[in-house]
Amino acid sequence: MSALRESLGFLTSRLRQVGIFVALILIVLLFQGLTGGILLEPQNVTNLVVQNSYILILAIGMVMVIIAGHIDLSVGSVAGFIGAVAGVMIVHWGWPWWAAIPACLLVGALVGAWQGYWIAYVGIPAFIVTLAGMLIFRGLTLITLKNQQITPFPAELRALGGGFLPDISGGTSALEWLTVILGVGATVALLIQALKERRIRKKFDLESEPLMWFVIKTAFTAFLMLIITFLLASYRGTPIVLIVLAGLVIVYTALMNNSVFGRHTYAIGGNLHAAELSGVKTKAVTFRLFVNMGVLAALAGLVFTARLNSAQPAGGTGFELDSIAAAFIGGAAVTGGIGTVAGAMIGGLIMGVLNNGMSILGLGTDYQQLIKGLVLLLAVGFDIFNKNRSGGGSSLGKRFKLKTTPPATEPAAPANERPLTVAAGSGQGRPERNS
Amino acid sequence: MNTPILQMRGITKTFPGVKALQDVTLDVNRGEVHAICGENGAGKSTLMKVLSGVYPHSSFDGEILFENEPGNFSSITDSEKRGIVIIHQELALSPYLSIAENIYLGNEQAKNGWVDWRKTNLEAAKLLARVGLSENPVTPVQHISVGKQQLVEIAKALSKEVKLLILDEPTAALNDEDSGHLLDLILHLKGQGVTSIIISHKLNEIRKVADAVTIIRDGKTIETLRLDEGQITQERIIRGMVGRDLESLYPDRDPKIGEEVLRIQDWSVRHPQDHTRMVVSNASLNVRKGEVVGLAGLMGAGRTELAMSVFGRTYGTATSGKVLKHGKEINTSTVSDAIGHGIAYATEDRKLYGLNLIEDIKRNVSLAALRKLVKNGWVDKNEETVVANGYRKSMNIKAPSVAAITGKLSGGNQQKVVLSKWMFSDPDVLILDEPTRGIDVGAKYEIYTIIAKLAAEGKAVIVISSELPELLGICDRIYTLSAGLVTGEVPIAQASQENLMHLMTKEKE
Repeated sequence: MSALRESLGFLTSRLRQVGIFVALILIVLLFQGLTGGILLEPQNVTNLVVQNSYILILAIGMVMVIIAGHIDLSVGSVAGFIGAVAGVMIVHWGWPWWAAIPACLLVGALVGAWQGYWIAYVGIPAFIVTLAGMLIFRGLTLITLKNQQITPFPAELRALGGGFLPDISGGTSALEWLTVILGVGATVALLIQALKERRIRKKFDLESEPLMWFVIKTAFTAFLMLIITFLLASYRGTPIVLIVLAGLVIVYTALMNNSVFGRHTYAIGGNLHAAELSGVKTKAVTFRLFVNMGVLAALAGLVFTARLNSAQPAGGTGFELDSIAAAFIGGAAVTGGIGTVAGAMIGGLIMGVLNNGMSILGLGTDYQQLIKGLVLLLAVGFDIFNKNRSGGGSSLGKRFKLKTTPPATEPAAPANERPLTVAAGSGQGRPERNS
Repeated sequence: MNTPILQMRGITKTFPGVKALQDVTLDVNRGEVHAICGENGAGKSTLMKVLSGVYPHSSFDGEILFENEPGNFSSITDSEKRGIVIIHQELALSPYLSIAENIYLGNEQAKNGWVDWRKTNLEAAKLLARVGLSENPVTPVQHISVGKQQLVEIAKALSKEVKLLILDEPTAALNDEDSGHLLDLILHLKGQGVTSIIISHKLNEIRKVADAVTIIRDGKTIETLRLDEGQITQERIIRGMVGRDLESLYPDRDPKIGEEVLRIQDWSVRHPQDHTRMVVSNASLNVRKGEVVGLAGLMGAGRTELAMSVFGRTYGTATSGKVLKHGKEINTSTVSDAIGHGIAYATEDRKLYGLNLIEDIKRNVSLAALRKLVKNGWVDKNEETVVANGYRKSMNIKAPSVAAITGKLSGGNQQKVVLSKWMFSDPDVLILDEPTRGIDVGAKYEIYTIIAKLAAEGKAVIVISSELPELLGICDRIYTLSAGLVTGEVPIAQASQENLMHLMTKEKE
């Protein structure tokens, strides 16, 4: 009984993380019902993965940028631009795919460096720089393509968007065995990792998660992974882009949690001044974040182009909004400092299932946009409401509190000397600094 | 002649856990300039907030009589209606609006909802003439100096038909010339029948303008001195401001002082916006191994500015000077350089500049020296937890675990997290800026013990504090700053609150 109460207490303390997970499942079940089971048919699940892969790739970079307290509005245009560049390189110039892909990623890095320079070193807010970038790179896309689509691409590149891992049974089995092996392997690895981490947390007395919730959560996640494995295996197996995406999620999760760079990103978003005064090179970190975003936008552009088998003038339009929405639905804080790659993936999947489900139902883009907009608003609204309730410090919450009890720190000499000059606007600039 | 305009009786204001004001009495006569003196944190500003309705009538005990009628103000608008206007130290002007627009902000000269610009500018010009400011009323406020902005604030007060003008440290941000002009204006307004209350530390200013001085210490009225009774003398004010007993609130130390570790030589800093103002001029000081050195000074003396300027140029523009460590000049022009040279600076405002409040204890502790935890390119999280747990125990940080979010800790425990962060960076020199601000007495003792321990371990410690008893209790040597100048260096054996306060209020020759 007490274990149950403990579990409930824990769940309410992590309402956000649990809530989003539950929301995804409910949305899946809802559309499964509404579409009469089409949503979870093997072919549709495969589509769902492939269709959303480029948004998910963008969401990885986007959530990092948002954690640092910035935003990137240009990723859709950059993805379109890279698609155009790939078209010119491969179709017009005849470059082989293995040369064109790294070259495209490099162009993406340069694009990111360009924007990162203005944001980090000049101190223009990211909102403005990337809004400009949205126009600049859309313009460059049109110029590069001379307003016409480029097609077709070689099969090797197309595999990045729509290809599958080879069928090792040679088409004799109902299930793709390679997919089953990978899926079961990944599930086992996940279980081992979860147990290992829990053991370490126990060892250092940091465990706050009740055993019951841990078991339910881990078992359920494993169960979901196995179901998805089964569904993919009973269609055409593992999409290549899923392998790419899984690799990115693993690497970037580790990067954000366990690398100096990732830690500095959270520190900047959490309190820029404190980070700067702790010796974090805030400008360099910001710059690198945007370079990284550029590379991921380039990758997303390649995947998208590969899937369509054409580089199009309007390619990538609106991707920025979907990836930003994914990050926020996935629990990133508008004020920075909070967010996870895994959360952004779930957020992206929620958007993806909504898109896919509503398309199957035959709802037009008019209603799709309306509903997606409302979902985003509700998700972030729920977050803010939750924070206020727990006394987390929105202006509204503070105002209510002030009426009853003024903050205890008040009587101590008011902080009149506040000479710090670090950071204005996007926060990186120290204009008065001597050179 | 001496008819009271304001009587405050038995004012007691309590914040959770702290009595900010205790039975305070204040009598101000019509047509006088009344100064309020006290150390930082004595309760002067709180008292003025009580008077002006920032703290509504129901939130404190005691009574206020203004012009012989009860002043039960529930907001600042209420008090302004009766002619009480407060001008805060941080000016409340909108930089992009014109002088005239600022003067009539919230009180627009309008007809049927439309602003009458002719009237606005004409009336503003008249007010500007009254305060002796020869600027065009349509000039944006950002284009005039801070001194003139202060005059615009006063013009704004006059537009509200002010009877009692409250100025909170009006000259703290001004240069000498502007200060002089402002004080003249206060005397001029007195001639026109405006009563003023001026909060100030600057004793020469008080001597120049005040008809009466009320001294507040630790939230209590000490006494009111009157000019016509010949009571306003520097000695008497200082005695009133500091005259409390030193309690044995400090751990015993047996200082073992070694060779010089850090020397700051002829360090000058300009104000980041106003480049004509020197915030610190030619400051020189040093600190030795195992020594605790205090930096004393009143608001605006330049202590924090000096420290932050040395620590990675995080304040202002450093114009000249050297930093030497063990006699060799070092470059501290970025924070990471400073940290690399073994300097740590714990800011006076932990919440704004010291901690990432949405992050947990261990990640805050590791931030300044994260690279020490890197193994094979990745942060070793187990090691991080071990380190943070070590500090949690040795610093006695009261938290369920090192995974607790720092924003939810008390002030004292937050400060211990900040100190842990800097101890983990393993510095040779620690600069602690107001290490006990906003911390209760028990936690203060713990912080002093930590400081004593650091010195005993051979660190050189610089403590910046506004509380003289604290500096006297923990330091081996104290420097005083006044208006950006080092005005004294006093070994602890010769230091007393009185002589320090003399040096802290010493004016430029």
